[in-house]
Amino acid sequence: MDLGFEVVDMGEPDHPTEGEQAPDFTRPVVDDEYWEDVALSELDGPVCLVFYSMDGAFPGTYVWSEMRDRGFDDLGATVVGLSISTPYAHKRLIEDNNLGETDFRFFSDPANAVAEAYGITNDLDGMTGITEPRPATFVLDDDRTVRYAWAASEWPDLPDYDDLETAVLEAVEATDG
Amino acid sequence: MSEPAITLYRLQACPFCERVVRTLDEYGLAYRSRFVEPLHSKRDAVKRESGVRTVPVIVDDNTGVTMAESANIVSYLEETYGENGRLTVETAAAGGS
Repeated sequence: MDLGFEVVDMGEPDHPTEGEQAPDFTRPVVDDEYWEDVALSELDGPVCLVFYSMDGAFPGTYVWSEMRDRGFDDLGATVVGLSISTPYAHKRLIEDNNLGETDFRFFSDPANAVAEAYGITNDLDGMTGITEPRPATFVLDDDRTVRYAWAASEWPDLPDYDDLETAVLEAVEATDG
Repeated sequence: MSEPAITLYRLQACPFCERVVRTLDEYGLAYRSRFVEPLHSKRDAVKRESGVRTVPVIVDDNTGVTMAESANIVSYLEETYGENGRLTVETAAAGGS
């Protein structure tokens, strides 16, 4: 983002990069009807995994409206979000942003251990005791090999949707091929 | 990871649901939990499966049974997987696909 002033530097993230295998995890995954425990490795690849700020903060609304409007649902990948919000909050996010019509689903990770495993934690200033993922996006093959990785090094920041879409399309093509 | 044959639709902190969970655990049955919301109007998945919007509901692929009402479910589990039940957990596991 170019705001004409300095934003908060979070330091470099330490996440899995292209060619490395992303850590597997199991968390409740929420759709418009219910939630159940699902492992990342159970999802059909390629997977587009999007870490975003807790539901209710505006970035989540921005990111998922944008992903919906850009048709990320129709690219041939499994699109999943992850935040520290509870399944109940994810249900509201899905409802409030008309995401029920998409196949987007949302992992709930209130203890933030997934972000910890991915090296992308963000301790929130002024919210003592709350840590959440940095904004980050990953495109993973069937075996969770990272094809594309981006994590914010400044706060706040938003994904580069064009780059992400290109990476998803390449991953889908590679999988189909 | 093999899929459990039994799916339990449940509501967090619902005592009737916990009663079913206790019975499932007692018989050593593997199950998958699907949590729904407190508002009945938001339980379309449950309605689709069972015809009602109340939980608990279990769907048992071992027998093809879908059932609501915790007392009925507990009786069903006992008759099916209990000491003198029709199926043992082992045969159920072997037959489950």
